[in-house]
Amino acid sequence: MSVRRLAKEQPASFTFSAETLEKANWWIAKYPESRRQSAVIPILWLVQKQEGWVSEPAITAIAKLLGMPQIRVFEVATFYTMFMLEPVGSAALIQVCGTTPCMLRGSDALIKVCKDKIGPKDKLSADGKFTWQEVECLGACCNAPMAQINDYYYEDLTPENLAQIIDDFAAGKSPKPGPYNGRHTSEPLGGVTSLTDPKLYDGSAAKKIKIPNAPGTEAPKPEVKA
Amino acid sequence: MVGILEDKDRIFTNLYGFHDWGLEGAKQRGCWNATKDILSYGAEWIITNVKNSGLRGRGGAGFSTGLKWSFMPKEVKDRPHYLVVNADESEPGTCKDREIMRHDPHLLIEGCLIASFAMQAHACYIYLRGEYVQERERMEAAVKQAYEAKLIGKNNIHGWDFDVYIHHGAGAYICGEETALLESLEGKKGQPRLKPPFPAGSGLYGCPTTVNNVESIAVVGTILRRGAAWFASFGAPNNTGTKLFCVSGHVNKPCNIEEAMSIPFRQLIEDHCGGIRGGWDNLKAVIPGGSSVPMITAEQCENLPMDFDTLRNLKSGLGTAAVIVMDKSTDLIRAIARLSYFYKHESCGQCTPCREGTGWMWRVMERMVKGDADPSEIDTLLEVTTQIEGHTICALGDAAAWPIQGLIRHFRPEIEERIALYRSRKSNFAGHTMAAE
Repeated sequence: MSVRRLAKEQPASFTFSAETLEKANWWIAKYPESRRQSAVIPILWLVQKQEGWVSEPAITAIAKLLGMPQIRVFEVATFYTMFMLEPVGSAALIQVCGTTPCMLRGSDALIKVCKDKIGPKDKLSADGKFTWQEVECLGACCNAPMAQINDYYYEDLTPENLAQIIDDFAAGKSPKPGPYNGRHTSEPLGGVTSLTDPKLYDGSAAKKIKIPNAPGTEAPKPEVKA
Repeated sequence: MVGILEDKDRIFTNLYGFHDWGLEGAKQRGCWNATKDILSYGAEWIITNVKNSGLRGRGGAGFSTGLKWSFMPKEVKDRPHYLVVNADESEPGTCKDREIMRHDPHLLIEGCLIASFAMQAHACYIYLRGEYVQERERMEAAVKQAYEAKLIGKNNIHGWDFDVYIHHGAGAYICGEETALLESLEGKKGQPRLKPPFPAGSGLYGCPTTVNNVESIAVVGTILRRGAAWFASFGAPNNTGTKLFCVSGHVNKPCNIEEAMSIPFRQLIEDHCGGIRGGWDNLKAVIPGGSSVPMITAEQCENLPMDFDTLRNLKSGLGTAAVIVMDKSTDLIRAIARLSYFYKHESCGQCTPCREGTGWMWRVMERMVKGDADPSEIDTLLEVTTQIEGHTICALGDAAAWPIQGLIRHFRPEIEERIALYRSRKSNFAGHTMAAE
């Protein structure tokens, strides 16, 4: 478990922006009427998108919106680690994956870049532009080492790439997410070993077909190996 | 030929996203073809054929998907039925569902319709991990396309009213456990529920629910289109089908690849992943199914069919088929200690053996990395793993224990050497320090 508490300094109030409220209602409509509470995680996330972090007044406002006890929203906000309970860097929140598959491919070096360029982890940088964290497996292990920056994944990184990306964010640019070693996504580097047959893509698969062993047909019984 | 599986038998034909992920592209590749015919054969036919295909759940446990569906009540009574798709892909090493969702989302949506129809559910929630923002945007867009084309929704062309809702979490590994996922979907902390009742009896909102992995659902349409016998023709008996493998770690070309089940490990690595870094002889150990399964040694990897039963017999498991390869340069103790930190971080805190045990094991493992331990503590550590294993509500306790057991089972001398080295460098070593704090 990780111990997470609300920030000591809290803003006096919180108001949903019109856009956030509209999206919040879109989420609420996904669940049965008596189950508005289901929308709590998506709405906390919307609030974090609006403010950059989740404050106590925001928790209170969400509880009111969803008709749930404040403590239940508080529980959720502190349980799930994607909710930032303190303000984060204005230019970028950098979350470097440090779990074993990334570690094996060099996440230590990425972490060092962050330490050198930004400062200690989980702390807002001196200029207020960056926060970096070491997080647990982000589920892009074939593209290790990688980091999530703001919303998107930056993959197949080298320390040099990451340093450049940080510089770009600092300069107000938005570097492109995705793999940084020339790959398209998670195919083998330098060329695919599968999915090269042009017949897969010529539309022949869309032609009318007969389903095998349809009821009433004399299809052979499927050979079961179980 | 490279590998075993031919292109014509691959289900995920846009695995790498080189082609159109949208509805038109998906239809060109065969998705949504004859879906109406499939539904017209009835729920029982679908379930029977999924059973006959031998499809085993792709989320890690490997339970028969068709059988799981048959546990749902046969008739809908006062409570609606739900299908919930587990897209909370967080098992370290695993990154396959992500590719399905962002590159072949319509295969998943079509599978949701077929599975929901078979279980008489009119609504399906797909629970994505919160970090998958791009994947969520893609899924929302694909669902919108499917609604607009009247493939799903009220009065759709398939004649089964059906809604798909995308939901997301916010960074909790434990929500990959099905009942924790349901708690989270209900807007609570993701803490697993005691079973029974099982979700098929009382799941989401107290209603009959089946939770399936993304890959398990996304393959269903193609299985039924091509026939159970086709799917069952790949792999060893009881381990049938095609499977997405996620190969990471010390291979020359880490990648996702769809291959036939039971493909030999060496062929998988050499044909698709450019071989082990530094050559085959440089292989040290492999975690074959995601971080939760115990590692196996290089010797065990010679002539190793990658499937559920073979790996279980080696006291490991296929899990999610996330293959983490480690070469001889790896500090295995540190690799496992990092996993121990992962489980300590992700324990939900509900059961004492796990909440306290994961932290304890991690602290001991950190000392083992340095060698700052007494050799007898290796046995103490092993003993503690067996006290956590099987004594918690969900399998996270087991998952935290197994990697350590695998390490000690195969590489105990390495830990002992590390301890001896640490001691040899300290003059006047004064006994051991105790583990517990």
